[in-house]
Amino acid sequence: MSALLAIPSITPRLLPVLRRHFLVWRKLAAPSLLANVADPLITLVAFGYGLGRLLPEVDGVPYITFLAAGSICMSTMMAASFESLYSAFSRMHVQRTWESQMHAPLLLDDVMAGEWLWAALKACLSGLAIIGVALALGVTHAPTLPGVLPVVLLTGLAFAGLGLCFNALARSYDFFSYYFTLVLTPMTFVSGVFFPVSQLPEALQWLAMALPLAAAVELARPMVLGEWPPTILRPTLVLLAYALGSFYLAMVLTRRRFAA
Amino acid sequence: MSEPVLQVEGLRKSFGAHRAVDGVHFRVARGECFGLLGPNGAGKSTTLKLVLGLMVPDAGEIELLGLPVPARAREARARVGVVPQNDPLDPDFTVAENLQVFGRYFGQKDAVTRARIDPLLEFAQLGAKRDARIQELSGGMKRRLTIARALVNSPEVLFLDEPTTGLDPQARHLIWERLKRLLAQGTTIVLTTHFMDEAERLCDRLAIIDHGRPIAEASPLALIRREIEPHVVEVFGPGRAGWASQASALADRVETVGETSFAYCTDPGPLLASLQARTDLRTLHRPGNLEDVFLKLTGRDLRD
Repeated sequence: MSALLAIPSITPRLLPVLRRHFLVWRKLAAPSLLANVADPLITLVAFGYGLGRLLPEVDGVPYITFLAAGSICMSTMMAASFESLYSAFSRMHVQRTWESQMHAPLLLDDVMAGEWLWAALKACLSGLAIIGVALALGVTHAPTLPGVLPVVLLTGLAFAGLGLCFNALARSYDFFSYYFTLVLTPMTFVSGVFFPVSQLPEALQWLAMALPLAAAVELARPMVLGEWPPTILRPTLVLLAYALGSFYLAMVLTRRRFAA
Repeated sequence: MSEPVLQVEGLRKSFGAHRAVDGVHFRVARGECFGLLGPNGAGKSTTLKLVLGLMVPDAGEIELLGLPVPARAREARARVGVVPQNDPLDPDFTVAENLQVFGRYFGQKDAVTRARIDPLLEFAQLGAKRDARIQELSGGMKRRLTIARALVNSPEVLFLDEPTTGLDPQARHLIWERLKRLLAQGTTIVLTTHFMDEAERLCDRLAIIDHGRPIAEASPLALIRREIEPHVVEVFGPGRAGWASQASALADRVETVGETSFAYCTDPGPLLASLQARTDLRTLHRPGNLEDVFLKLTGRDLRD
C-alpha cells in the first residue's frame, strides 16, 4: 500500500526517456509542428478577424488581441493533453515502450516523469508557436510577453498530469473522447478564452476560479496586453496544485494499473 | 550446484481470488540454461515478472545475482537482459537506433553502445538491416533484434519469454543456435516455453509448473527417465478403438487422445508383434520424450 502511495521519484534517470521522445519527435517534427500551429492559428485568425470585425472592443482592446492570450493557453492545454493521452497510451499500451524501458533498469516513476515533462515541454512549444504567430501578426509586442513563458510551462505540466491520470484509467483510445468532450471543451468556455469570465453567471465565475485553464488565462492575458497580472499568487497556486497534484494522482493510478 | 544466479523460494502471487503463482521455487546455476515450462496460464509470465521485480509478490524470497528482489531489483535488472513476448521494439527508430536508445536506458555511454552495435547486429544476422525500419523486418528478424537489444548491456543472465513462439522452423533453428552460442560464452539463460523440443534441446534443467504450482524440477533426461517408460508406440487408423481395448495387456499403460492411442512400455516386442499384421492401423514407435512427461504431469485437457 505504501509503495502505491509513495511520493514519485523524479531523478536524472528520466533523461534517457525524455531524449527518446525528443528523437522520435525530431523525425516527425514538421507535421507535428504544423498541427500544433495550424489549429490555433485558424481559431485566432478566423475568430479574431472575422468575429472581431463584428464586435466592439473587448475589455478595451481589439478582439484578436483579447483572444491571443486565450489561444496561447488553449493551445498549450490541447498539446499537453494529446501527448499525455493518445501518445502516452500508444507508448504504454500499444507499442509497449514502457515495458521495454522497465526491462532496462528504469522504474515506472522514471518512465512516468519522462512522459510528464515531455508532454509539458511539447506543449510549451505549441504555446510558443502561438506567441510567435501573435508577434508576426502584430497582435502584440508587449514587453511583459516573456512573463507568459512560465505560465505556459505550468499549464503544460498541469494538463500533462491530468492527461496521465486519464491515461492510467483508459482501456482504449475511445475513452479519451469523453475527456475532450466532457472536460476540456466545456473548460475552454468557462475559462475566459473566448470571452471574459465576467460574462458568466456568478456560480460559473466561482467555478472558473478553481480551473487550471482559467488560472492560466488570468495570468497570461494581462502580460500579452503589456501589464503585470493584478493577482499573481492565487492563480499561480491553482496551476501549481494541478501540476503537482495531478502528477501524483497519475502516478498512484498508473502504479495500480501496473500491479494488476 | 555451483553458485546460483537466481534463487526463488515459496513465491506466491494472487490476483483477486486467482492464485497465479502458488509456492513456486527453483534455483538457476551460473552458466546453465534453465527452462520454465507450463501450459498456457500456468503462471510462467507472472513468475518472470516477479523475478524481475516488475511486480511485488504476496510472499516468497527472490535473489537475483545475489541481490534481493524487489528491494534491489533495479540494480539486478541493470545486469540482466529481457526478451519479452511480441517484440516491443520502437517502430519510429531504425534497427541501429533501437539499440542506441536502449543502451541509454542503462545509463551506458553512447560510445560504449556504439561499439557494441555492429557485433550485436552481426550476432543477430541483421548486419544488412542496420538502417532498416522495424516495419521492414520479418518476424524472425524482429525477434533476433529484440534479443540483440537485450544484450546491449552485456548481461550476465538473459531472460526470454517464449522466444520462438510464432516463428517458422528456419527462424526457430537460427534462434536456438544463437542461444547456444550465448551459453558457450558463459551467459546464463532462463526461458519460458511450451515447446517441448525447444526445452529438450536447450535446457540443462527445467521446472514444470501448472496452476501456479511447481510439479517437477530436474534435467530433461532425468525427468523422462523418471516419469516415462522408455518406449512409446503411437497408434492411429480406423481399427484403433478395437485394438486399444486389448493393447493394455501388452503395455504398461495406454492413453488415448482424440484419434491417437499412446502405448507406453518397457519392452515393446509383444506390442509391436501384435501390430505387425494390421493393415488398418498406422504406428509410430519412438523413445519417450519431454512432451510425454509434460502431458503426463499437466494432463491432457485443453487449456485456453
